[in-house]
Amino acid sequence: MSLDKATVARIARLARIKVEDTELDAMATELNAIMGLVEQLGEVDTDNVPPLASVTGHGLPVRQDAVTDGAYPDRVLANAPEAAHGYYAVPKVVE
Amino acid sequence: MSQNEPREAYRLHGETGEWEVIVGLEVHAQVISEAKLFSGASTTFGAEPNSQVSLVDAAMPGMLPVINDVCVKQAVKTGIGLGAEINLHSVFDRKNYFYADLPQGYQISQYKDPIVGEGSIEIDLSGGVSKTIGIERLHLEQDAGKSLHDQHPSKSYIDLNRSGVALMEIVSKPDLRSPEEAGAYLKKLRSIVRYLGTCDGNMQEGSMRCDCNVSVRKPGAELGTRCEIKNVNSIRFVQQAIEIEATRQIEIIEAGGEIEQETRLFDPNRGETRSMRSKEDAHDYRYFPDPDLLPLELDPAMVDGIRANLPELPDAKKARFIADYGLSLYDAGILVEERETADFYETLAKGRDAKLAANWLITGLFGALNKAGKPLAESPVDAEGLGGLVDLISDGTISGRIAKDVFVDMFETGKSAGDIVDEKGLKQVSDTGAIEGIIDSVLAEQSDKVDEYKGGKPKLFGFFVGQVMKKSQGKANPQVVNDLLRAKLDG
Amino acid sequence: MSGLLDLDLSGAVDALGKKETSSVELTQAYIDAMSATDALNLWITETPEKALEMAKASDARRAAGTAGPIDGVPIGVKDLFCTEGTETTAASKILGGFTPTYESTVTSNLWNAGAVMLGKLNLDEFAMGSSNMASAAGPAQNPWRASDAPETPLVPGGSSGGSAAAVAARSALATIGTDTGGSIRQPSAYCGVTGIKPTYGRCSRWGIVAFASSLDQAGPVGRSVQDTALMLGAMAGHDPKDSTSADLPVPDFAGALGQGIKGLKIGVPREYRADGMPAEIDATWEQGVAWLKEAGAEVVEISLPHTKYALAAYYIIAPAEASSNLARYDGVRYGLRKDGDNLIDMYEATRAAGFGAEVKRRIMIGTYVLSAGYYDAYYLKAQKVRSLVRRDFDTAFETVDAILAPATPNDAFPIGEKMDDPTAMYLIDVFTVPASLSGLPCMSVPVGLSGRGLPLGLQVIGKPFDEVSVLRVGEALEQAAGFSAVPAIRAGGA
Ligand SMILES: [Mg+2]
Ligand SMILES: [Zn+2]
Repeated sequence: MSLDKATVARIARLARIKVEDTELDAMATELNAIMGLVEQLGEVDTDNVPPLASVTGHGLPVRQDAVTDGAYPDRVLANAPEAAHGYYAVPKVVE
Repeated sequence: MSQNEPREAYRLHGETGEWEVIVGLEVHAQVISEAKLFSGASTTFGAEPNSQVSLVDAAMPGMLPVINDVCVKQAVKTGIGLGAEINLHSVFDRKNYFYADLPQGYQISQYKDPIVGEGSIEIDLSGGVSKTIGIERLHLEQDAGKSLHDQHPSKSYIDLNRSGVALMEIVSKPDLRSPEEAGAYLKKLRSIVRYLGTCDGNMQEGSMRCDCNVSVRKPGAELGTRCEIKNVNSIRFVQQAIEIEATRQIEIIEAGGEIEQETRLFDPNRGETRSMRSKEDAHDYRYFPDPDLLPLELDPAMVDGIRANLPELPDAKKARFIADYGLSLYDAGILVEERETADFYETLAKGRDAKLAANWLITGLFGALNKAGKPLAESPVDAEGLGGLVDLISDGTISGRIAKDVFVDMFETGKSAGDIVDEKGLKQVSDTGAIEGIIDSVLAEQSDKVDEYKGGKPKLFGFFVGQVMKKSQGKANPQVVNDLLRAKLDG
Repeated sequence: MSGLLDLDLSGAVDALGKKETSSVELTQAYIDAMSATDALNLWITETPEKALEMAKASDARRAAGTAGPIDGVPIGVKDLFCTEGTETTAASKILGGFTPTYESTVTSNLWNAGAVMLGKLNLDEFAMGSSNMASAAGPAQNPWRASDAPETPLVPGGSSGGSAAAVAARSALATIGTDTGGSIRQPSAYCGVTGIKPTYGRCSRWGIVAFASSLDQAGPVGRSVQDTALMLGAMAGHDPKDSTSADLPVPDFAGALGQGIKGLKIGVPREYRADGMPAEIDATWEQGVAWLKEAGAEVVEISLPHTKYALAAYYIIAPAEASSNLARYDGVRYGLRKDGDNLIDMYEATRAAGFGAEVKRRIMIGTYVLSAGYYDAYYLKAQKVRSLVRRDFDTAFETVDAILAPATPNDAFPIGEKMDDPTAMYLIDVFTVPASLSGLPCMSVPVGLSGRGLPLGLQVIGKPFDEVSVLRVGEALEQAAGFSAVPAIRAGGA
């Protein structure tokens, strides 16, 4: 299976990375090389093999329901490229 | 306990005939908890912007989620309340998409393995009919932040206070067939979560939000393509949105067009739904198990414990009210809708005439509260107060007629019924001598009416009762008046 | 002064304890060493003032008798750990100017144990790479030079290239790095130093800029097995803020050393004898086997049949997780923002300008393998293969206590090579990735020089949470190898 230009453009869009039209071919070539490396997985018989999503031996730990964090808007906004009136500011979103 | 009785099916009429409307609802119910689903920040509504945000909620680099125990238990409790299967093994997935109020660039949700599986609820429709609506699933997920678009001409402002608050997404099966059914479903669902104390059900504040999946078909035909109307925030709007969207679809199909599966927005001001292109753009959510979390394995003993301590839910309570208190289906339905109302009623009815109590609560107190625009919680008359009034009626101290006046006073002043009756000397007169005197003077004044009565107009009996009551300023015991009048006129 | 640089971490702790030197003196020596090795571009941010302040506080603690186990030792931190008040870049333009208001758990633990921070070390952007060439701060250099091309600067390996090179160049007494698919072990091997990746869950990930959450694990780089054991002891521990952190007691790693390996059973996986493996790598491995036998271990051949597929699985799983982990770099809350006409334009412009080529490639691959229609074929398949890789190890560990393997298939290469061939770069991870996928503790120990005079390392892999055996075997290799060669460039002279 190989990624064509249109697929690369679609993936770039999904990933929200601007890729110029002129870059698409080169990127497709690189990505196809990488996909070529992973393609060999197809050889492995994985019938009845459960996926391994985590190697930790334990279950999901829980926290108590208590307010232990927050109440520091200054820290939340400290690194914001743009903030106003206690909010983050971004280019206007039209719904 | 309920049957689908034959009733008129809801149909929309197009140029080509009748259309059936198919609706499934996805309700986002905010979990009642102190802290957020994966962080220790507060969930309180209405705080200063970004003041209830932890570094986790703001998705600072290297921040990690740790799940809130109570949120899990609330989901389990809700699942049990919906008669649903509790999945002892469930998984948190990442739903990946970019949005200004989604700091992580993904929402932690549950996709393939939700915490709650299939269940059902009974909805109450007009004419005492009920219908079973299937629940597909319930899963836990994070809420997003809030974007404000109207504060600046070229900017949107982002407040992350809600970011990470726990939501239960409750998905119905496409079993709803009309706006009425959708409304009844939402009311029942709201009632259940409020009984359980797992969500406050407040649609105005956004703690319950609804996405409507709507499609149309010719009755009995294959399912049509559906559109999803996002984030409708009142029951009335849900009902309007369904009808408007169904009508739109019918017009398209009848004009030879095809329905495009898409996300739409309901605009109640313009009375239309419109496409949300912004959401369409990247509809590939790339779900995968969140590697920062592990599968959630529930202890069956914990689930059993919640099941054992589940409060009585509205349907069970309604059945009991009908059986134990002899209430009508209608009255029982009103009384169980809110847990507080039902509790109020049970306090009121204890040791009293249950039907009389129900009447005074529904027509008396609810009527007055409605007029005053007050919720039950702010009622100037509490259950014992209203009970005092019912007691005075039952033991013959005052008549029902006088009771109405006394109630008005109680509602205005907050005084007890007994005090008002004493102060105003409203005690009912049951002394036969005194009443006989009044009857005699009435009969003497109305001698021609007495003749008419005796000449064959028995309906005039009521007239004499009224006159006697009037003369006694309402204080005469109507039963005694009745008995004595009968004796005098017919005897 | 240069005598101070000769002390390894254990020696320094000893000297500090005997009041033969002070933390301020030791720290100043390393601040000078950082300047002396400036040409290697090892540091992204140097914090000499903070270091001296911390050193002063350390000396005060020692005077008060409240010194911690590694009190006063100046260390370097991979610029992937969030450090409160000190810019944290992940070697990416997209985090430009980001100054955390919080401190990672691992660095907090180190400061609580008394360590002194010299600064933030270079790395491949977001820890994605095996060369440290993919850094917005420019490539870090390996202090070693090949005998056949002494003028050619070499890569230190990656992604913790700065961490490994700084120890080799004596620019820091010890350092910390992270290892996702080999990012501690491979640069340690290239730079002739010792690095350990503990079991997944042993060190908290809280406050470490995430690359691939199910694989990322912090670990130390040091001059000796003993040094890494001391560092690891200070870094490790359960953290309730990380759901994947193991709630287990931390053993006395350093205290477990010095007991030899008599009776240990060591496995040698036949599948690691890859086609085209350079003879000197194979010979080094054979030498390692001989040393362990001499030290009294029993060496047996084992089979890890799915080894061949680990790399492919890794290059699906790691990019998939990365594509999601890096979605938060969107120009809204911190770091770089490039203006755009609307929100989407702003996102796309910011991420296009902020991420380097390798990071973009991995985000693209990760996005692709998770996208509709490909999830089962790639991502789910890779997770199933991951199961098989882990099963292979579980089976092997039914009979052996540790596994010996090469750390890398080659020695360090010149800066600039393999840049335009990402897959060639990926193949460097072939020996390190299987243990990563399985979450196992593993370390790289320098044992000799290649024909070109460059360091070669051997890798020890252990059972989950059995870092102690890994360290013991590492120590045995260290003692037998007696690796004492020094790099061309290092502070305090050769
Ligand atoms: Mg929805
Ligand atoms: Zn949802």
